[in-house]
Amino acid sequence: MGILDSKEPQGPLADKWAKHKNEIDLVNPANKRNIDIIVVGTGLAGGSAAATLAELGYNVKTFCYQDSPRRAHSIAAQGGVNAAKNYQGDGDSVYRLFYDTVKGGDYRSRESNVYRLAEVSTNIIDQCVAQGVPFAREYGGLLDNRSFGGVLVSRTFYAKGQTGQQLLLGAYGAMNRQIQRGKIKSYTRHEMLDLVLVDGKARGIIARDLVSGEIERHSAHAVVLATGGYGNLFFLSTYAMGANVMAAWRAHRRGAFFANPCFTQIHPTCIPVSGDHQSKLTLMSESLRNDGRIWVPKRKEDAIAIREGKLKPVQLSEEERDYYLERRYPAFGNLVPRDVASRAAKERCDAGFGVNKTGEAVFLDFASAIMRYGKEKALTSGMKDPDDNTIRQLGEEIVEAKYGNLFQMYEKIVDANPYKTPMMIYPAVHYTMGGLWVDYNLQTTIPGCYAAGEANFSDHGANRLGASALMQGLADGYFVLPYTIGDYLSDDIRTGAIPTDSPEFDAAEKDVRDRMEKLMSGTGIHSVDYYHKKLGKIMWNKCGMSRNEKELKEAIKEIAELRKDFWENVKIPGSVDSKNQELEKAGRVADFLELGELFAKDALERKESCGGHFREEYQTPEGEALRDDENFKFVSAWEYMGEPSAAKLHKEDLVYENIKLKTRSYK
Amino acid sequence: MKLYLKIWRQKDASAKGQMVDYTLNGVESDMSFLEMLDILNEELISKGEEPIEFDHDCREGICGTCSLQINGRPHGPDTMITVCQLHMRSFNDGDEIVIEPWRAKAFPVIKDLIVDRSAFDRIQQAGGYISVNTSGRPVDANAIPIEKHVADAAMDAATCIGCGACVAACKNASAMLFTSAKVSQFALLPQGQVEAADRVQNMVRQMDLEGFGNCTNTGACEVECPKGISLENIARMNREYLSASVKG
Repeated sequence: MGILDSKEPQGPLADKWAKHKNEIDLVNPANKRNIDIIVVGTGLAGGSAAATLAELGYNVKTFCYQDSPRRAHSIAAQGGVNAAKNYQGDGDSVYRLFYDTVKGGDYRSRESNVYRLAEVSTNIIDQCVAQGVPFAREYGGLLDNRSFGGVLVSRTFYAKGQTGQQLLLGAYGAMNRQIQRGKIKSYTRHEMLDLVLVDGKARGIIARDLVSGEIERHSAHAVVLATGGYGNLFFLSTYAMGANVMAAWRAHRRGAFFANPCFTQIHPTCIPVSGDHQSKLTLMSESLRNDGRIWVPKRKEDAIAIREGKLKPVQLSEEERDYYLERRYPAFGNLVPRDVASRAAKERCDAGFGVNKTGEAVFLDFASAIMRYGKEKALTSGMKDPDDNTIRQLGEEIVEAKYGNLFQMYEKIVDANPYKTPMMIYPAVHYTMGGLWVDYNLQTTIPGCYAAGEANFSDHGANRLGASALMQGLADGYFVLPYTIGDYLSDDIRTGAIPTDSPEFDAAEKDVRDRMEKLMSGTGIHSVDYYHKKLGKIMWNKCGMSRNEKELKEAIKEIAELRKDFWENVKIPGSVDSKNQELEKAGRVADFLELGELFAKDALERKESCGGHFREEYQTPEGEALRDDENFKFVSAWEYMGEPSAAKLHKEDLVYENIKLKTRSYK
Repeated sequence: MKLYLKIWRQKDASAKGQMVDYTLNGVESDMSFLEMLDILNEELISKGEEPIEFDHDCREGICGTCSLQINGRPHGPDTMITVCQLHMRSFNDGDEIVIEPWRAKAFPVIKDLIVDRSAFDRIQQAGGYISVNTSGRPVDANAIPIEKHVADAAMDAATCIGCGACVAACKNASAMLFTSAKVSQFALLPQGQVEAADRVQNMVRQMDLEGFGNCTNTGACEVECPKGISLENIARMNREYLSASVKG
């Protein structure tokens, strides 16, 4: 077991969580009033945790860099949230959701955590409906579902293409109720710059008021980090511009192990890159793969003609198209998991079949869905022999009702009408499965420091299934953390308020101030974005959808050099003691420049392919990922030892007692 | 293309602001409006000047952070989008573009183009929620069927992203569209009806306390709303408010 104790409860899988809840210590309501908790990040995990902890009676302080908790990037999640409700009667169950998630994650997640996630998933839907989240409904008034990749049932609940927004507004509402009661103090436009440890326990944070530039000390009996993922490491991603790894990385530097940093999700359906000025990539929801068919031309000449604008995609007949996902994976077709779909798109484009100017795009086509829906609608409306135009029009109306806002978003960005011509899509960085290592209680290797949602590593293994991020964020925040944190805090009922004038707070604040001064002292000519873009290029080209030993070694060297250059030369105008967006960015990029190197090192050490981590050296003759369970069935948890190159690897062996390890197949 | 930009610069909340002229070359039509500003900022940094600060985050039209008044219109000339979704193909070579922050007493300027919209948070805190604790044992989600058209109408109201364009568009700087969207979402759903009377009264009271103006039904808010929130919500809120007042 080494020094990593996952604290998984004993006993049968299905009873573990109930048994654990019965055995952990509770804090009596009167004592909760004397205990303070800091929650950093106010997305689905942080917002739901803060609200629930405050309802229980703890004093909560929340921190977010945005101007309102409601703007956390959970809001951008489009497609839906999974839950094992089996409302459709299609054979779904807690076990099946558990199984799909472990398999989808390519057998690199912890069984007990995933089972608990599946178990509480049904509570999430009940809770959110009670909060007034307007999920989509059928004509009978009951909740509607759709399908997502990697599964054979319909278990995804949704609110148009804005499910994340609606769930976050639910959690934000729950937070607001506690703010009004005085149980949550919300600090907006604040950024956590360091974690403060007293006697080895997390006892507070150093934060910067982003408006005044003031450095502040905040103490608490426990600190929850719900600060999301680190995909902005790649510069171009579907993350919000401000999304960063600072809180998690500061905790890592103070002793929290960082797990599986190289497990990154590259989402198959994003709008392709258009040029060097681009700052951000936009996702087209996975829900589109319910109805959209993905293809490239069968003949390379046709692909070239399309790239050159000499041929239109609609001019190609069915026989001239290669629906490569349906061809390679007949059982799951267009709904294979994200890692599989992304690699298949890259394979076709690398082989010369890409369909946009840069050759890095494939088609996502709704023509057959439009005609199918149109025919159905014509029949149910009692039309006799409708012509193709009428059918198409009826079908377009149905597709608009289902995906209207996504189609509108596409048209605004690309200036092409996806009802009339197929969308062009390409994979982009979207989510990180890796994150702070946590035990069954979601506690990191620092006592009193917890990590929830995307910020932790626990539930998705090497690949996350669609609509499971929202599920995990809310499961952690509403239903897991509020129980498990009490077990730890039950020892703190006599501690009293944590003072902020201790030598530990002094030292942490000094570190923060020194670091900012050092950042401001750069003497070169290049801005923060220059370095961030360079880092992004290294990451995408050498640590992206496929990786190999040679390029990973190059990446490690190049990132270390770039980091050195950055610290000596980065140019930041303005001052530290006022609003300064360049300084904010610089602090974030500085941490990405350390994490990037650890990421490449982790990818280099993991000599197998699994989920989103594809090593070119380890693949089957058909080009599928070749996992090595004998040697790599473990979680890589890295301990900070100074430079990223010196990080020390600890292994948590993964034990599968309930699921038989198999080669993942979607054929 | 080449653009002539007039941009509001203001050092901090207490400083006096002014319009400053910038000329920008090399703008491409497939850039987003914010990417155009990124390029201008890179130029300013390389010249050793302070970049223009503006609010933005998701850059895909859903977080509600971006908030620019462009040529007098919130979120610019296009409709049904936020600034981050606005692309330079909506402009022509040689255009003059005036960029200002939201203008409203309840939204004080923090710096340059950034305003303080915490008044919106306080309106929500006054009652924009259903008072239900987290529990492992709530009623089953399907226990109360909700007619599809009712659920859809609640969703349409809930789509508000809280950007503040409605306030910026209104000659009275009224926050009625924003407040009524939340009131409507919950008034429509059976779960929200229990507290409906208190909710509408508390939220309207807070809205008035924040210094937003009154609604005079000009409808400018609806035109500029990037999410198409309908004026019907204001009518619904007025009905809710009246019936709550009668109930006392």
